[in-house]
Amino acid sequence: MLGTHGVLGMTLLLLIEQFLNGMQFGVFLFLISAGLTLVLGIMNVVNLAHGSLYMLGAYFASTFFGLTGSLIVSLVLMIPVMLLVGILIELVVLRTLYERDHMDQVLATFGLILFFNELVRIIWGVEAQPLTLPMWLSGNVEILPDAPYPVYRLVIIGVGMAVAAGLFWMITKTRMGMLIRAGASNRPMVGALGINIRFLYTMVFGLGAVFAGLAGLMAAPLQSVESGIGEDMLIFAFVVIVIGGIGSIRGALVASLIIGIFETVGRSILPVLMLEIVDSEAAQTAGPALASMLVYILMAVILFFKPQGLFPARTG
Amino acid sequence: MKNQVLIAAAAAAAIVTAPAITAPVAAESVKVGYMQGFAGGRGIFGRYGFEGFELALDHLGGKFGGMDVELTKKDTQHKPDVGRSVMNEFIKKERVNFVAGITWSNVLAAVWKQAARSKTYLISANAGWSGMAGKNCNPYYFQASWNNDMIPEAMGKLMKKEGIKDVFELSANYQAGKDMLSGFNRQYQAPTKGKILYKLGNNDWQAEISQIRATKPSAIFGFLPGGMGVSFMKQYKAAGLDKTVKLYTVYTVDYGTIRAHGTNAIGSYHTTFWNSDAKTATNQKFIKDYIKKYGKHPSMFSVQGYDAALLIDLGVKGSKGNLKDHKAITTAMRTADIKSPRGKFTYNVNHSPIQNYYKREVIADADGKPKIVVRGMVAEMAKDSHYKKCKMAW
Repeated sequence: MLGTHGVLGMTLLLLIEQFLNGMQFGVFLFLISAGLTLVLGIMNVVNLAHGSLYMLGAYFASTFFGLTGSLIVSLVLMIPVMLLVGILIELVVLRTLYERDHMDQVLATFGLILFFNELVRIIWGVEAQPLTLPMWLSGNVEILPDAPYPVYRLVIIGVGMAVAAGLFWMITKTRMGMLIRAGASNRPMVGALGINIRFLYTMVFGLGAVFAGLAGLMAAPLQSVESGIGEDMLIFAFVVIVIGGIGSIRGALVASLIIGIFETVGRSILPVLMLEIVDSEAAQTAGPALASMLVYILMAVILFFKPQGLFPARTG
Repeated sequence: MKNQVLIAAAAAAAIVTAPAITAPVAAESVKVGYMQGFAGGRGIFGRYGFEGFELALDHLGGKFGGMDVELTKKDTQHKPDVGRSVMNEFIKKERVNFVAGITWSNVLAAVWKQAARSKTYLISANAGWSGMAGKNCNPYYFQASWNNDMIPEAMGKLMKKEGIKDVFELSANYQAGKDMLSGFNRQYQAPTKGKILYKLGNNDWQAEISQIRATKPSAIFGFLPGGMGVSFMKQYKAAGLDKTVKLYTVYTVDYGTIRAHGTNAIGSYHTTFWNSDAKTATNQKFIKDYIKKYGKHPSMFSVQGYDAALLIDLGVKGSKGNLKDHKAITTAMRTADIKSPRGKFTYNVNHSPIQNYYKREVIADADGKPKIVVRGMVAEMAKDSHYKKCKMAW
């Protein structure tokens, strides 16, 4: 069916390009979801404020970049700051909530969203913050003929893959990872063995914050840095970790890619596909609306067959 | 969130020349309610609007038509239902004479009737819902900004005039987004290479960019408000699409967003009603005083807020202190005889401004920073396309 004239007015080349775009978006989603799945899967804490941490990462990136003019220096500065923010949140808000119901955690972390949205407006103002791609990252490479691909998007893929590999190594091969897994499956026992589980959890949450911040920093040169940007991303991140299996890094990676491709290819094909069925005006309206539902339909289907997600984590 | 400001007579004492009009009922003051969305990233329109309003009040010595002003500001949180209750409070509790503000067309659609029924003046400092320019026009509603279609219509006219042979249209999938396109096409009348109605709040544009590139259009016409515009511009530049496809936008680039756009906006064009480069004394004073007061350049939304206040002043002056004389107030406001930074405009039968529209371009200044410059007039004293549906008698 995919001849040179293409299917439904879309050439094969464009379709391949959209697949690539989808994969890239998927890797970006993974960057956001990694920290969330770590915190929810291992600490069993529903952290709605993960999106706020993403937003803070973007704001810090903008500020540090404005001061230093270097994205790499901004990254180096951002990591300890986000770690500190994460640790503070854990100590002040979350520590008291571990024993409580998930609903209490939802309420408390939802409160944090409102708090941080207002805080960035007080500190940085209502206007979106500046951050333009530095020259050395703003080039294009021609992966497909006639379709130059932004270098920076390839960098995002690289960073996402590095994070996936690093996390996987940490969880499976290091002592810290071992303790984290043990703490997740039997918290009192690990405590009884003389491990400071409180400290461990604080560190995991800090790490989650750093990952969220990293995603924010990577997004900032391509997206608007303004109050409330975390919420849209948060919804995607939750879909990803639910499909992937809560707590599973591998699951988050696979689910991110699936969602990314589904979302991107879906929203570029559906309006064209709809044109075949209904008239132009209705297709223009219903196409995008249906495309934005696609991800949730996919989630429902996957959960119907695999209620624990694609890769159920072997934790408690 | 009640922020009540009582501008005392003390402020008036500071002014060198006393107001010429002495109100017969000196004890009475003008009550004004200001409602707009101030929360979140979208609050930027409301903030600029209110700042403009406040600056006008400063310029008037804290008085409207020589009378003391009681100003109440309330947040609509961008929601029609909250807008309704705010309006209700303004009318029933505060008993205001004038209401100004309103960012969103859907909020305007929800509240205008309350104002009209209670005979309270409503001056929109932004929302330009076409319903108000058409069959819902009434003596108590005035537009201080524009009708929604006007800026895209000016863009359509501009692109046609410049001989852009085909475009790719990018707009949001909701009512105002579709109105933008119909306004644009009403004037442009040339083939489109494609059209995407994106989801509100979209922030990853690579799929759209690939699609646009594949159709090889000469230019993009985009309605990309707020953060969506900022992210689109960043990704459009990163993808190198700016090298082959020109970008023409509406409600996307302005002084409020230019810092966030940064160098990405350089080379793009937009249309608006405000000739921000005008060398007129009024415009220069407005910009200078605004920068002095708020430490930033005013945006088009500031102009709209500023003029809303001047219109109230005009109405109160016309009433000669008798705020119950609605006929006199309406008649005075209809003259639009105010010193607007945008220059002279007049009112059409539907109280929608007949005004000029300009082309603006973003260029790099000497330091390589983005700078907005006006590139001439696109439409002179343009009328909206709905006024014939308005049956109001003057």
